[in-house]
Amino acid sequence: MNDLPKRTEWLAEMRAIRDTQDTDAFARIFAHFAPRVKAFLMKGGSSPEFSEECVQEVMATLWRKAHLFDPTKASASTWIFTIARNRKIDMIRKQRRPEPEDLPWGPAEEPSAADTMALTEETEILARAIAALPDKQRTLIERAYFGDLTHSEIAKETGLPLGTIKSRIRLALDRLRHEMK
Amino acid sequence: MKIDMTQINHHLTDGLLMGYSAGTLPEAFNLVVASHISLCDECRARMHEFDAVGGAVMEQQGDVPMGEGAFAATMAMINSGPEMDMPAPPRNAPSVLPQPVRDYVGGDLDSVTWRKIGGGVSQAVLPTTRDASVRLLKIPAGVAVPDHGHRGTELTLVLQGAFEDESDRFAAGDIEVANEEMVHQPVAKQGEDCICLAATDAPLRFMGLIPRIAQRVLRI
Repeated sequence: MNDLPKRTEWLAEMRAIRDTQDTDAFARIFAHFAPRVKAFLMKGGSSPEFSEECVQEVMATLWRKAHLFDPTKASASTWIFTIARNRKIDMIRKQRRPEPEDLPWGPAEEPSAADTMALTEETEILARAIAALPDKQRTLIERAYFGDLTHSEIAKETGLPLGTIKSRIRLALDRLRHEMK
Repeated sequence: MKIDMTQINHHLTDGLLMGYSAGTLPEAFNLVVASHISLCDECRARMHEFDAVGGAVMEQQGDVPMGEGAFAATMAMINSGPEMDMPAPPRNAPSVLPQPVRDYVGGDLDSVTWRKIGGGVSQAVLPTTRDASVRLLKIPAGVAVPDHGHRGTELTLVLQGAFEDESDRFAAGDIEVANEEMVHQPVAKQGEDCICLAATDAPLRFMGLIPRIAQRVLRI
């Protein structure tokens, strides 16, 4: 898939869901992401029935947690991925998912437009970089996220080509940490 | 947490972070990873990076149409559920245990039920799925943990005090990732009891006979 959507669009939809429980905005997000999450789950070996049920729960969670979405930390696709991952762990493995302690300052009321733009841009660069990887490397990363590789199998593969969105997230964290002092 | 983040020298490996992000680690490992990230901004940022990779991979798998009525079913689910999940109230009291560990213990350090396992060392096994195990360890200042090797992967996160082994020093916030090749004898630093969160996906293998028997009896 090369027609990577402009993620900036989803920010307006996410805000509309959060502030006015806008079902039209939710329908647009659903139309784009639900079939993608379903495809992702099925690539990971889940049955169509299970995937369908899981996606519905993921989308319902997105609605309920819309106020926790922080566009300076994650794009919509990243955030939806984490919801789908947690839902899958809960449904298949029946185990708890320990999450890191929230940062003391929590999500900003009105996230900085510059930080949001930068993250959007860097996420798109990352997506293009992954799509452009040699088949073997890309397949490896995909298999890790489909759940086909154990931790020790992943550990054997070094030199994962990341690093494009590093800087921005780190800078943002550094600054926030500094402001807290 | 009172840990100075700039003092953390030992971090999570890419492999562990990717496994955490992909959701394929045992629950016991997830707990140690989430606890380290709670203390370490650098690894928190790296976690966001790996989550972004997951999001990008998800976006690139094409699409499979949802069933008819899926949207209506989702709206029905939303309308029959709670309105919006409210964020947890902020917490003010300083604590030794990071939030993910407190969730398993049911409180901070004073809520832990310690069991002595010999040599002055105490442990508290935390309940997780059985593909790996995780425990809190309390090692009195200056005491050595029996020399041991590893069959699988062992993660040790220091929460209070510090320990040293042959090659390095690990203080609060640091995580040691040990594998099969490593045989070591950690010693808790003088001055303060060392409290660690340790997870393993295989039973530890002690080098001496007595500790090996103790291992069988004590399940460490």
